[in-house]
Amino acid sequence: MAKAETIEKIYELIEPLNKKGIDLAPDVTFASDLELDSLTVMDLVAEIEDEFDIVLPLNLLPELETIAHVADAVEKIVDKG
Amino acid sequence: MDLLDKFDAVAELRASLPFEKADPFTVVMDEIISETEAVIGGRRTILAGTNNYMGMTFNEEAITAAKQALDDFGTGTTGSRSLNGTYASHKKLEQTIADFYGMEHCMVFSTGYQANLGMISALGGKDDYVIIDADSHASIYDGCSMSNATIVRFKHNDVENMERRLKRLPEDACKLVVIEGIYSMLGDAAPVKELLEVAKKYGCMTLVDEAHSMGFCGEHGRGVAEAEGVEHLVDFYVGTFSKSVGTVGGFAVSNHPKFDVLRYTSRPYIFTASPPPSVVAGAIKAIEAIKNGGNRRAHLWENAKRLHAGLKEAGFDLCTDKAESPIIAVHLPDAMIGTKFWEQLFLEGVYVNMAAPPATPAGMFLMRVSVCAQHTTEQIDEIIKRFKITAEKVGLELKA
Repeated sequence: MAKAETIEKIYELIEPLNKKGIDLAPDVTFASDLELDSLTVMDLVAEIEDEFDIVLPLNLLPELETIAHVADAVEKIVDKG
Repeated sequence: MDLLDKFDAVAELRASLPFEKADPFTVVMDEIISETEAVIGGRRTILAGTNNYMGMTFNEEAITAAKQALDDFGTGTTGSRSLNGTYASHKKLEQTIADFYGMEHCMVFSTGYQANLGMISALGGKDDYVIIDADSHASIYDGCSMSNATIVRFKHNDVENMERRLKRLPEDACKLVVIEGIYSMLGDAAPVKELLEVAKKYGCMTLVDEAHSMGFCGEHGRGVAEAEGVEHLVDFYVGTFSKSVGTVGGFAVSNHPKFDVLRYTSRPYIFTASPPPSVVAGAIKAIEAIKNGGNRRAHLWENAKRLHAGLKEAGFDLCTDKAESPIIAVHLPDAMIGTKFWEQLFLEGVYVNMAAPPATPAGMFLMRVSVCAQHTTEQIDEIIKRFKITAEKVGLELKA
């Protein structure tokens, strides 16, 4: 499970895109809960990459359905340095 | 459960588009009058939505050579380039393209799509990185999916965004940056010089797809990299015969000394039949004609600039500030106006491409107009006139 700090940061980046005003939680999904289209997801991915100074490869994205998935993936990449 | 259920949303979207008298997805060309006109549904129509930029589809020498090849070599090779599908003409075509690009090696693929698929999937190995523009053509994305590499995407045409990503990649890894000279939907040119310079700064190899720029960009028509004077920074060019060359097929050229090994490792090259001899013979003649096609090139650019200026003056919302290519994309506010506009323009006797998401960036709804070197000035003016009439009929508000 990712650190609260990482998840908070991701919430901050999602909030401007949260047009439906969904309560953000680790198990919230990007596609069905937040209803983000693929283009918005792309922008979000870019922001997450810049925030954590990492590369989130395109190959990983299909696996990342929830906020927790993304937070875990981000931490894994950050730790690998 | 049905395997096709997953497409229900697509089918619904498709059914919801409000076409009444014509439908862009079911257009049938009944008769091709020339490079620029066809009969569609009994109506004589100006073609302003093809990729026939240099107007080579009826080039006399290409047609004569293609007919001769049919007589001499038959309708097809029935085999892979790696087995029985390499004829002397395939080698000659590869030499013709290598000469055109001033490079050592060339591989001809059966389509342009397969050229990207074949190059990227073969080059991108397990520990490698492929870095692509977010607005890349489907053939680039599919080449990435088929490769075993890690795929990194940067914001469209954004040099700084690309550099930030390159910085984060391991220094000693093999990296391939893939860009296009002209992007096919908006017709916008890439800042090829800056992108390639940054790519080289980070030790990347580079692949430039000049599918929509070959024939008319650069002094010899090699594309945007030539126009910007940075061909020495290109490791691999990919191109197609289905646009300026007027037939079908694809190619890759390179100076890399080990290039030929790709003939044994690129699956989309190996596991398909080679292009038919008639196509190959036509392509050779068309490329020779493009080489000597200075006048056509000049007229093509005149057409593009005239169309852009005319539509801009009329108050249409254009996707580029100036004509960067023969593709002039008109932005429409939504799917409803977009579909009505396309339909009415079609009834006025002008065919353009209706481009909608997901083929377009940022969910845009576009009328993609593309000009041909064989369009007359009168035809260009006619296209502009009919655009204006259509806007009035469908109630599209134009900027004053």
